Amino acid sequence: MMELLVNGSKTFCYTGGKAFDASQPTAIFLHGVLNDHSVWILQTRALAHHGWNVLAADLPGHGKSAGDPPTSVEAAANFVRELMDAAGIDKAALIGHSFGALIALEAAARMPRRVSYLVLVGVAFPMKVSPVLLEASQYDPEKAIAMVNTFSHSTLAPPPSALGPGTWLYGGSRALMRRVLASNPRVNVFYTGFKACDSYAGGDAAMAQVEAPTLFVLGQYDQMTPSKAAQSLIRGARHGQVTTVPGGHAMMLEAPDAVLAAMRSFLAP
Amino acid sequence: MPGYSDPGFDTLALHAGAAPDPATGARAVPIHLSTSFVFASSDHAAALFNLERAGHVYSRISNPTNAVLEQRVSALEGGIGAISTASGQAALHLTIATLMGAGSHIVASTALYGGSQNLLHYTLRRFGIETTFIQPGDIDGWRAAVRPNTKLFFGETVGNPGLDVLDIDTVSGIAHEAGVPLLVDSTLTTPWLLKPLDHGADLVYHSATKFLSGHGTVIAGIVVDGGSFDWAASHAAHGKFSELAEPYDGFHNMVFTDESTVGAFLLRARREGLRDFGACLSPHSAWLVLQGIETLGLRMARHMDNTAKVVAFLASHPFVARVGHPLLESHPSHALAQKLLPRGAGSVFSFDLKGSRNQGKAFVDALQVFSHLANVGDCRSLVIHPASTTHFRMSDDALAAGGITQGTIRLSIGLEDPDDLLDDLKRALRAAEKAGA
Repeated sequence: MMELLVNGSKTFCYTGGKAFDASQPTAIFLHGVLNDHSVWILQTRALAHHGWNVLAADLPGHGKSAGDPPTSVEAAANFVRELMDAAGIDKAALIGHSFGALIALEAAARMPRRVSYLVLVGVAFPMKVSPVLLEASQYDPEKAIAMVNTFSHSTLAPPPSALGPGTWLYGGSRALMRRVLASNPRVNVFYTGFKACDSYAGGDAAMAQVEAPTLFVLGQYDQMTPSKAAQSLIRGARHGQVTTVPGGHAMMLEAPDAVLAAMRSFLAP
Repeated sequence: MPGYSDPGFDTLALHAGAAPDPATGARAVPIHLSTSFVFASSDHAAALFNLERAGHVYSRISNPTNAVLEQRVSALEGGIGAISTASGQAALHLTIATLMGAGSHIVASTALYGGSQNLLHYTLRRFGIETTFIQPGDIDGWRAAVRPNTKLFFGETVGNPGLDVLDIDTVSGIAHEAGVPLLVDSTLTTPWLLKPLDHGADLVYHSATKFLSGHGTVIAGIVVDGGSFDWAASHAAHGKFSELAEPYDGFHNMVFTDESTVGAFLLRARREGLRDFGACLSPHSAWLVLQGIETLGLRMARHMDNTAKVVAFLASHPFVARVGHPLLESHPSHALAQKLLPRGAGSVFSFDLKGSRNQGKAFVDALQVFSHLANVGDCRSLVIHPASTTHFRMSDDALAAGGITQGTIRLSIGLEDPDDLLDDLKRALRAAEKAGA
């Protein structure tokens, strides 16, 4: 792992079990609302051991990263630029999930020259959050965690996953959401994250600015960001590819091999 | 199986971890009696060994049948994952050996299964791990027993032999103040009666030999990680968990807490503990436990109904001096059991005959439906007379210190017709009375 000072704040980046090597291309992984770097364990380890530098950041104010949590997708996109500057990276592939996918999209639009590939996993635009869920995330986070957990998982029999065989993903996702919520005693990063997704209006405009080849990884059973909600972005992508994997919104965990295979066939170091 | 939402206990007991077999269509969980699993390619092999991909390599580390069991018990307990082991004792040892080494200290309840007592009091001491034992209800005692090298709190949901109920909410709070997790042995209650993780416990284990398998056919254990304990934070504050929060040169220099925010314990327990200590569960045994879990809810409800009837019968019998079950207001844990265990405090309990050691033996010998053996949690009703069997070497004074009299009888209430159980007990009580005449 690496700790970078971004905008004056300590930023935790998981590097996939390998040291950062400036001679290799870099992939930056961006997690979704109330998640952290660990949702990408398998994909990050695989890329890190096959020719890529990996930086899977905890967003500011989330998990092991200090700083103020971004209150908008645009602010989070600026964080990505600052992260790349802090790491001395000129160009990187941006890989994001859900909220992280919107961040990656906006960052790719803002710095088209510095983004080599864009991978949007479980993405939708607009990414409206139901008023009931938004309110619950603010006033009854435990209830909202239960709702998100139900909507994000599609199977009671997931394959071996992030922790190996014997992983129970419903429980793992719930424990992670609770941990990330507790990691910031000052700001409810559940609500701020959802609010940022809900209020983001720039998706189509951003897509039009993106020059990098773009891969959409969509979950066949995704109830949070169903594939039809990604169609506007897919139509707007200049160099877009779409892969559907057999999983729900938490597809990196429910279909880890398929998500990895899609990434690896798309990303050429 | 897309489309599930908030599955309930019985649905999880049947479906968690298992879908129809994609290769054969088999609906029941197949028993994968294979030591090893073929790699799709050299790259696939390397990726599995390097933890870039998840999958099965060798059945000491993981197995598809065992993985179903692990997911299922995790689901029922509300955990993030589990590791099945050769026995409940193996699960306890794996947990301790993952979290600490020589020079460490445990605070444990005095009310423990005898095998756990042996491990902590004698065997682990030989390996440099000391344990301080505290009466489960002595809340100040738990707090006072903490040392700088304490790594774990440990107790049973309902403790052996008196069914002292562990105040998990309070004891876990003290553990967390001290920067250590609470491990709970939930064998006698099962998640149908109590989910310790919901009350603040961090790790839960079972002797799956008992109620989970439920049929007296298999020796098995399982430890579930709740994913709630922040090993990295505790290590940063107290320096307690270098095993999880520092690079481990025995495994890719991995920092398990960086690798997984919530699953560091499980990662190390499988990748080191199963690999090196090797107390894995046979897939056939895992399947037997799964078969039992499918009816866990139905069985536990019947265990509780039968137990209530037997407890009421014994409590009103003139030849019975005491019944040690929290169902009774006279039991010291009655109020706590009402709160933590509203469905019942288990079906294993002891009672005292008003009689001698010989009368205790006569009682056991007269029973016809109850089986006289050293186990609990079978679907059949079981009985043992500690003074003439498990504790026969002990003096009267030593027995008394352990809460056992010459007339103490331990029962494990099964699933038979309750009237037959009551008739059997009546007959045996008469025989015991006569033996004293």
